[in-house]
Amino acid sequence: MFSLEGITTSVQDWLFMKFNPTMALAMECVIVILLSISLFAILGLVLVLMERKVAAHIQIRLGPNRVGPGGMFQTVADTLKLIMKEGLVPDMADKFLFNLAPFVVMMVGMLLLAPIAFAKNFQIWDINIGVLYISSVSSLSVIGILMAGWASNNKYSLLGAMRSGAQIVSYELSAGFAVLTIVVLTGSLQLSDIIKAQENGWWIFKGHIPALIAFVLYIIAVTAETNRAPFDLAEAESELTAGFHTEYSGMRFALFFLAEYINIFIVCAIGATLFFGGWMPLHIGHWESFNHIMDYIPSSVWFMGKTFFLIFLIMWFRWTFPRLRVDQLLNLEWKYLLPISLFNLLLVAIIAILGWHF
Amino acid sequence: MYNQTEIIKDTSELGAEGELVINMGPQHPATHGVLHLVVTLNGETIKKIEPHLGYIHRSIEKMCESLTYRQFIYVTSRMDYLSSHINNLGCALLVEKGMQIEVPDRAKYIRVILSELTRIASHELWLGAMAMDLGAFTPFFYAFREREMITDIMEDTCGARLTMNYIVPGGLMYDIHPDFQKKVKAFITQFKSKVTEYEDLVTNNVIFQSRTKGVGILSAEDAISYGCTGPVARASGVSCDIRKIYPYEVYDKVEFDEVIETAGDSFARYIVRVKEMNQSIRIIEQLIDNIPEGDFVGKTKNVLKLPKGEFYTRVETARGEFGVYVVSEGGTTPHRIKFRSPGFSNLSALNHISVGSKIGDLMASMGTLDLVIPDIDR
Repeated sequence: MFSLEGITTSVQDWLFMKFNPTMALAMECVIVILLSISLFAILGLVLVLMERKVAAHIQIRLGPNRVGPGGMFQTVADTLKLIMKEGLVPDMADKFLFNLAPFVVMMVGMLLLAPIAFAKNFQIWDINIGVLYISSVSSLSVIGILMAGWASNNKYSLLGAMRSGAQIVSYELSAGFAVLTIVVLTGSLQLSDIIKAQENGWWIFKGHIPALIAFVLYIIAVTAETNRAPFDLAEAESELTAGFHTEYSGMRFALFFLAEYINIFIVCAIGATLFFGGWMPLHIGHWESFNHIMDYIPSSVWFMGKTFFLIFLIMWFRWTFPRLRVDQLLNLEWKYLLPISLFNLLLVAIIAILGWHF
Repeated sequence: MYNQTEIIKDTSELGAEGELVINMGPQHPATHGVLHLVVTLNGETIKKIEPHLGYIHRSIEKMCESLTYRQFIYVTSRMDYLSSHINNLGCALLVEKGMQIEVPDRAKYIRVILSELTRIASHELWLGAMAMDLGAFTPFFYAFREREMITDIMEDTCGARLTMNYIVPGGLMYDIHPDFQKKVKAFITQFKSKVTEYEDLVTNNVIFQSRTKGVGILSAEDAISYGCTGPVARASGVSCDIRKIYPYEVYDKVEFDEVIETAGDSFARYIVRVKEMNQSIRIIEQLIDNIPEGDFVGKTKNVLKLPKGEFYTRVETARGEFGVYVVSEGGTTPHRIKFRSPGFSNLSALNHISVGSKIGDLMASMGTLDLVIPDIDR
């Protein structure tokens, strides 16, 4: 059976056989870096195309269909265009911060790839504080956005960046609490432990209603955190032209654009890991043969399937809902989501202590 | 929902420092044209809006003074391009009134049917564009699906999809297409079955309602004093439908309701327009099977000369009252002409209804005022 685990193990064995341990480790680092960069590029291409196709089908039209079969290479063409475009820097902009900002946002996305388990035993860094690492690193991206907004010397950018700052800082709380409910249920911060705990059923099924509430809260909060509609106030096309990246063009803009999609992928991957068991196949009680068939589907397919389902959900939001106003956005978080998630966490703690979950 | 007056009090206490002046437009996605708004902000809160006009001023009124009474009708298509047919109708009515030209019934019926189709098309476009201002992209495509059927009917009828130029003094330029009735009926069936989609997607959407309810409140007194007309005034409870008050063509023969809401907020303006589309459908349904046979254009002199004097007609466009005022010296061209465009008056209320609200509310207020910039600038 095809498995990524086998490939990584054999590569590692081969490296350690041929070279001394330090050298082998260094080479592994290089391979991982190259892999994550190429994953970035591929994800960007796939997700942008997916977004456009999903949008097209929701909006009763066809979407890109000229470049390649079914418009498959549309995003490649777009990328080529963006690479060839001039990256304009406004005259009075803070050039250093202006140039740095897209890379900060991008870097955060890259750091977040580390603890994600893409398949069975296929993980870059199984850090024991995985969930804490994710929530702390993901809040760094707001620095990049604020930097971009401030350095652009544009009022629209500034407003967009400030909105984004308020928004990300607020919604971080709900997302954190939603993640904590699963940590409470599992009793571990390590992502591999969390996945292992879902061997006999995913938390969304095992954790009763509180897990479901936590999942809904999580999806709402991460939609806001990734600046996606209906919470796309930082960009708010009709209000702030393009928000914090108004002044960006060419490849710098492409990096912001890419980072947005990578962030969606990451939050959905984490959502899939926490609530849908990551790469764990779907097992139903004592249906032995059914479970056996499910085991035959490679774990990477399970992981990607779940992640892309969540991505589809977030895209669906974007093309259905109008945008919230800035005060409504903050009201929603501080007056509704935060109290609910605090209460939910309490509920989950009681359930975990009494062992009511399956 | 927050209390608007509270916020106004809040901002007035702050001094000039902390003010942020933003030039919204002439190139901005939400102004739908070359409207330039100088918006003074305090953080996210609007303190003042100053519209700067003139970016698309083509001096249409002056141009009309050198065009004959047959020609000047068609320039008005370029004012409010979304209800060009109704603009043309207003001008033609003036010439017909001034020269006492008898218009055949067939022409009257077709003119009214097309006016109502134009109104629906305009409201459809507005619906999509306003939803887009509020950040929802999908309703735009749904609205355009129905609008496309109307523009197809227009194309069949006179060859143009937007600026129709179908009306001549005394009637119509050509007769209708043989398929006209069939296609209009097909449109009515399509529209009736699809209008629920807007309800689901937009009207009943919680976010949409919270974005528009209680936002940009225009009281009836203010609506009158700013000279607002059309759906904007009717949403504030002012009865001002020219089709009811001064019926022209065959509007006195058809049954329809003047849609009036009393809330005066953006949501009321939205509801008025959606309901108006249904009323337009009602009018078309009454007329479409009863188009009388006969001439489509009355007998007119080759050279039209209005008698000396002043003439004024008004029609109800999709945006409100469109008035044509002509001073004639008895020649073949108007001596002086003035158009009363609904968009200009409606825009003047923008500052009043948006002060103290957020930038996001400005989009809701501006969107529901349904501004067409060439109509404002002329």
